[in-house]
Amino acid sequence: MTSAPAPPGVETVPAVEVVGLRKDFWRKNKDKKRFRRRGRRKNSAIRDVTFTMARGETIAILGQNGSGKSTLVRLLSTLLLHDGGEARIFGYDVFTQGRAVRRLVNRVSVEASFFKKMSAAENLSYAARFYGMGPRETNRQIPVILDRVGFPIARRHESMENLSRGMQQKVALARALLTSPVLLLLDEPTTGLDPRSKLEVQEFIREIRTSHDSTILLCTHDLAEAESLADRVGILDRGRLLALEPADDLKRRYGAETLEQAFFSATGRSFEEETDEEEDEEREVFA
Amino acid sequence: MRAATFALRSELIGLAGVVERNFYLTKRYIWWDVAWFFWTVANTLTITFIAKGIEATGGQIDVNRATTSLLVGAVIWAYLGVVFEFLTETVAWERWEGTIEYTFMAPLSRAMHLGGSGVFAIIYALIRAAMIFFVVAAFFDLAMPDANFVVALLVLVVASVSFFGIGMMMAVLPLISPEKGAQLGYVAQGLMLVVSGVYYPVHVLPGWMEAISVVSPATYTLEGMRGAILDGQGYADVWPQIWPLLIMGVVCIPLGLWVFHRGEIYAKKHGKLKRSG
Repeated sequence: MTSAPAPPGVETVPAVEVVGLRKDFWRKNKDKKRFRRRGRRKNSAIRDVTFTMARGETIAILGQNGSGKSTLVRLLSTLLLHDGGEARIFGYDVFTQGRAVRRLVNRVSVEASFFKKMSAAENLSYAARFYGMGPRETNRQIPVILDRVGFPIARRHESMENLSRGMQQKVALARALLTSPVLLLLDEPTTGLDPRSKLEVQEFIREIRTSHDSTILLCTHDLAEAESLADRVGILDRGRLLALEPADDLKRRYGAETLEQAFFSATGRSFEEETDEEEDEEREVFA
Repeated sequence: MRAATFALRSELIGLAGVVERNFYLTKRYIWWDVAWFFWTVANTLTITFIAKGIEATGGQIDVNRATTSLLVGAVIWAYLGVVFEFLTETVAWERWEGTIEYTFMAPLSRAMHLGGSGVFAIIYALIRAAMIFFVVAAFFDLAMPDANFVVALLVLVVASVSFFGIGMMMAVLPLISPEKGAQLGYVAQGLMLVVSGVYYPVHVLPGWMEAISVVSPATYTLEGMRGAILDGQGYADVWPQIWPLLIMGVVCIPLGLWVFHRGEIYAKKHGKLKRSG
């Protein structure tokens, strides 16, 4: 498996270039007080986010629920339209050249979403067809890629609903890699996995880093995962990117011994701290 | 030229992928489809028995002809139901399974994506409609000595182009309203058929409804199919129904794609392009 041929100019432009990116959602006011005017209020999921990623780089974005991590991934995946700023992937404008961007990007999200009645092989074939891969090519590639992510090939014809969550997530990784993306967006790929599956998925991400020409943006809750997999770690808090630096620099900047302490110093809140009711409500939109 | 050929090949592979996926899913849910088929046959019988009922209560009608006419209406109703259901499920089903984000971030044109759903829907609905027609016809032992089934099929195939275009417009509803959008497809189906003479000639409708029937492809489909099955009309005889259907098809396909495109922009702006369930 190799990555897709580099698009023209890809060597000279950043893999990801985000400048002042903003995304707002408008929600109905759920104020229950009688006589009080019901209206709409603006929630900014992403506020003036700016960062650049070099080709082949891995960055991890840390943030609590509702911090805007998934919104950022969905913006870069062309699934959302922005309200301000710019985002470019290998020089292509994410919002006006979506088709070109979609050829270069794939993602793995926290939910390994599949047609549950279909088998792993059928789901992978379906996904591959959308990228122009015919039956002969997919029949050859599927066992190879499943083997590489540690999925037992003999089970590829079992329906997805019979597979464990860890197995499903491996198929999700295989789906993303089958199309040889040059930018891989990983949105909490290990959340909810048992320790063993988690380690296997992390090991595979490490392998992609070393053996492929893929740029990886990883959104995670897992501080250790961020530190061990990423070249730079970012802190996203309430839609704002507060920092994006190598983990050691981040700790040094905030005079912290651990990433958790650095996160606390940067945001003023504990990483584990629960969000209040209002933020919970917002999570529905931002997640 | 080579790049264009490669791009076209990729698009057609994507279209075939949607057809293939719908085939797999239909296979997995086949027993539900069988149950649904029996329900449709039962529903069709409740309608086609009306002709016998009228005669039994003293009405003077040609029961064989009236039953066949009602049967054509019921089969078109069932046919449209399946086509619209598959197309609205293009979004609704993917949203339920959670694959919607992966599908919409893939580099396949929306025309081919929806086209795949449409091609499968039309093939599946044609087979199902033919089965319903012949099962119910056998039940009543209907005599159709003059029927020209080839022309009837041609009318339905030509009409399917317009139905596909309208189906694309309906497919946008679950994008706008994840909870209730898909159900609105049934409303549109009912509204279209009520003005199109599904179980009666359109001239019995009030003037304003009859005026609307002129722009409904179902009106010409029902007229053309009844003409071919009841009166054995040939290609030349059904041309007055075919050409309006061709024009409507040419209008409905780009219009359907445009409406869906607008809906997709709305969904991307408001964050509705994501899983539910």
